[in-house]
Amino acid sequence: MSDISQQLIEQVNSARSDGRKLNIIGRGSKSFYGRTATGDHFNVAEHNGIVNYHPAELVLTARAGTSIAELEAALDKEGQMLSFEPSNFGSEASIGGTLACNLSGPSRPWGSSVRDMVLGLRLINGRGEHLRFGGQVMKNVAGYDVARVQAGAMGCLGAITEISLKVLPKPAAVATAVLPLDSAHEAIAVMNDFSRDPAPMMGACWLEGQLYIRYSGAGNAVDSAINRLIQQYGEANVLSGDVTFWRELREQSLAFFAGDRPLWRFSVASTLNHFMPEADWLIDWGGAQRWLRGDFKQEELQWQVESGNGQVSLFRHGNRDGEVFFEHSEAIKTLHHRLKASFDPDFVFNPGRLYRWL
Amino acid sequence: MTKPTPHELAAMFSEFIDPEYVIVDKETLSPYECDGLSMYCQQPMLVVLPETVEQVQQVMRICHHHEVPVVARGAGTGLSAGAMPHSEGVVLSLAKFKNILEIDPVARTARVQPGVRNLLISEESAQYGLYYAPDPSSQIACTIGGNVAENSGGVHCLKYGLTVHNVLKVEMITVEGEKVTIGSDGLDSAGFDLLALITGSEGLLGVLTEVTVKLLPTPEKAQVVMAAFDSIQNAGNAVGAIISHGIIPAGLEMMDRYAIQAAEDFCKAGYPKDAKALLLCELDGSVAEVEEHTKEVESIFKNFDATSIRVSRDEAERVLLWKGRKSAFPAVGRISPDYYCMDGTIPRGQLAYVLEEMEKMSEHYGLRVANVFHAGDGNLHPLILFDANVPGEFEKTEEFGGKILELCVEVGGCITGEHGVGIEKIRQMEIQFNQQELAQFHSIKDAFDPKGTLNPGKGIPVLKRCQEYRSLDHAAHA
Repeated sequence: MSDISQQLIEQVNSARSDGRKLNIIGRGSKSFYGRTATGDHFNVAEHNGIVNYHPAELVLTARAGTSIAELEAALDKEGQMLSFEPSNFGSEASIGGTLACNLSGPSRPWGSSVRDMVLGLRLINGRGEHLRFGGQVMKNVAGYDVARVQAGAMGCLGAITEISLKVLPKPAAVATAVLPLDSAHEAIAVMNDFSRDPAPMMGACWLEGQLYIRYSGAGNAVDSAINRLIQQYGEANVLSGDVTFWRELREQSLAFFAGDRPLWRFSVASTLNHFMPEADWLIDWGGAQRWLRGDFKQEELQWQVESGNGQVSLFRHGNRDGEVFFEHSEAIKTLHHRLKASFDPDFVFNPGRLYRWL
Repeated sequence: MTKPTPHELAAMFSEFIDPEYVIVDKETLSPYECDGLSMYCQQPMLVVLPETVEQVQQVMRICHHHEVPVVARGAGTGLSAGAMPHSEGVVLSLAKFKNILEIDPVARTARVQPGVRNLLISEESAQYGLYYAPDPSSQIACTIGGNVAENSGGVHCLKYGLTVHNVLKVEMITVEGEKVTIGSDGLDSAGFDLLALITGSEGLLGVLTEVTVKLLPTPEKAQVVMAAFDSIQNAGNAVGAIISHGIIPAGLEMMDRYAIQAAEDFCKAGYPKDAKALLLCELDGSVAEVEEHTKEVESIFKNFDATSIRVSRDEAERVLLWKGRKSAFPAVGRISPDYYCMDGTIPRGQLAYVLEEMEKMSEHYGLRVANVFHAGDGNLHPLILFDANVPGEFEKTEEFGGKILELCVEVGGCITGEHGVGIEKIRQMEIQFNQQELAQFHSIKDAFDPKGTLNPGKGIPVLKRCQEYRSLDHAAHA
């Protein structure tokens, strides 16, 4: 457990005065994500440790370099968890990087995202100022939501040094029903249909002719949800407890994610009709997050989801020097540029990590 | 550049907006002088009620060109004077934007205009077995546009989140009059989370013309467990125990003696008037889940010496038990000529200490306080009872309120949980944030509104503090 905030501030000030750029590195688990990083290494991993944790308040505060594993171990002792199921991507993730990338696991539509669970944070902006926004309470609407805007900002607005998160109790029971279903198109309809039911859903994913539905919560609520599902849809293979599939999905260690073919991520309305049926798909988040493997042109993929106001990004592999994220309108780009300048006037942090022009 | 006179501006607007909805006469302007915090009043130069997005854009372009301040207004129910007009500005009312454009029951979303009432969204979604979760107590009147501006909460936000957790996308008109879409139809959007920045921005960054919200399946069952305690400490400890047991209630509210008595006299819900503290705990979910959790909560309440426990037997009784809490503010209004509702958040564990300190302050100022508390998330609503007709009493009340907010920050909380900063808490922003943090807020504002014409003087204190306070005092006593 260590606090290196003073050194970090000095590094920022020094980079500014030298005209150098900085590449923020947590624990390096997501170095594959975003555009190719440039700049001098700005290592945050040694700025770590749980600062405080109040289980009865459902709040945990940790320095940005703290590993997800350390947080989960501390929470587990109190029967609590990070409801957004962060991934380590086969390595060791930090909470700072998890928030900066806004990547959440299979429970996201029902268990919230890391963006949703952030209560406050500390940040070193591009002026070398160490600032605090939000707090350690759930309801805090003073000033703009600077804490939450760091989610998905890929470090472009500053270096996160400390985060306060809302945590939740672990569910009393978890069960997964696996239904055979060949058609992805039908699976999307079924997942959306299940999502309209008030049952305690916490995962809905289709892959290779199998539909996985996870319920978690009070024991009898999970039992009755499974029973209703079986009544409605016929036989299903029911697995209790923590099922490997969800961990492998969260960690992207399923065979679907193996190899170095480009991995595309679609963020779309959960009801968007299936398209390119011949391609290699994994459909998660009840239809709202879809993964595609293969060599495609980003513009062609974006065209597929344009009418539905969806977005596609090149998540992993492929050319990391081009634009990999959804291209916004000129007006939104202008707001991005101005907002970047408001935090980081010399564009010190993570230049080009999100977009070439940012 | 010379600013246009009200009549010149009205003439410009009347070229594309029905002149009946371009208001300059003093009498018709008067309902727009304040929002729900009526102690802060200011007559605007002009009020305009457009009914199309293009009209809103054109109003914004004209105001931007002439550097005329614009204050957006929904239903005017806000409690921090966020919609108080600017004396040389325009009130841009979104009251005519009151249509629900589309409810998609399969995708569980509703696309609505900003002037749609919060409760109407749930009422119209009910036929599909869906509802919109954030439920501020003003939901019968407040608008979704205003909810986004304030990042509104409500009783059920403990389990279901604030507005920011339940909005997917907005259409916004920038200060230059450009229409932008922020968010997407998916659950996230690439780049900076502008939606998070806009939510809770109190009309300072843009004007909304459309909001897409998430709808949730209506729970199979909801039940309320009400318990009386003879000490705040016991009630507070019971709250902590519920959370520690792994139960996240749909709602968990506390009222103190004054609030209980006022609410019971008003609603006759059956609140025990001799209780020092009352807890209302709502469980929702499947029938079996609610039964299980209700038993657990009852047991916890008994363990913490509840003096009485009542469980709602049906939906009608559940609604009745909530009625008292939800009408606590008007109920308190019956026992005092005026009241001032504060809004701060504290860590739950600090509740007993904060209430003790407030009692001391209450004695010091000679003003009664009734407390209503979102016990589940620590959001406190002390209602300071006063009489504005007594010279100096409002000033004393404001001072008392400011001290309460300072206390909230002192114990690790914040100055506003859901009502926003507006004008009301602008002085206390310097207690919660240092100068560099405030400067960062100003930089963000400059990115969206470099001339500072969107809702100026609200939310973030500016450098010329003295000037601002003088004009605040003037407005407060108008």
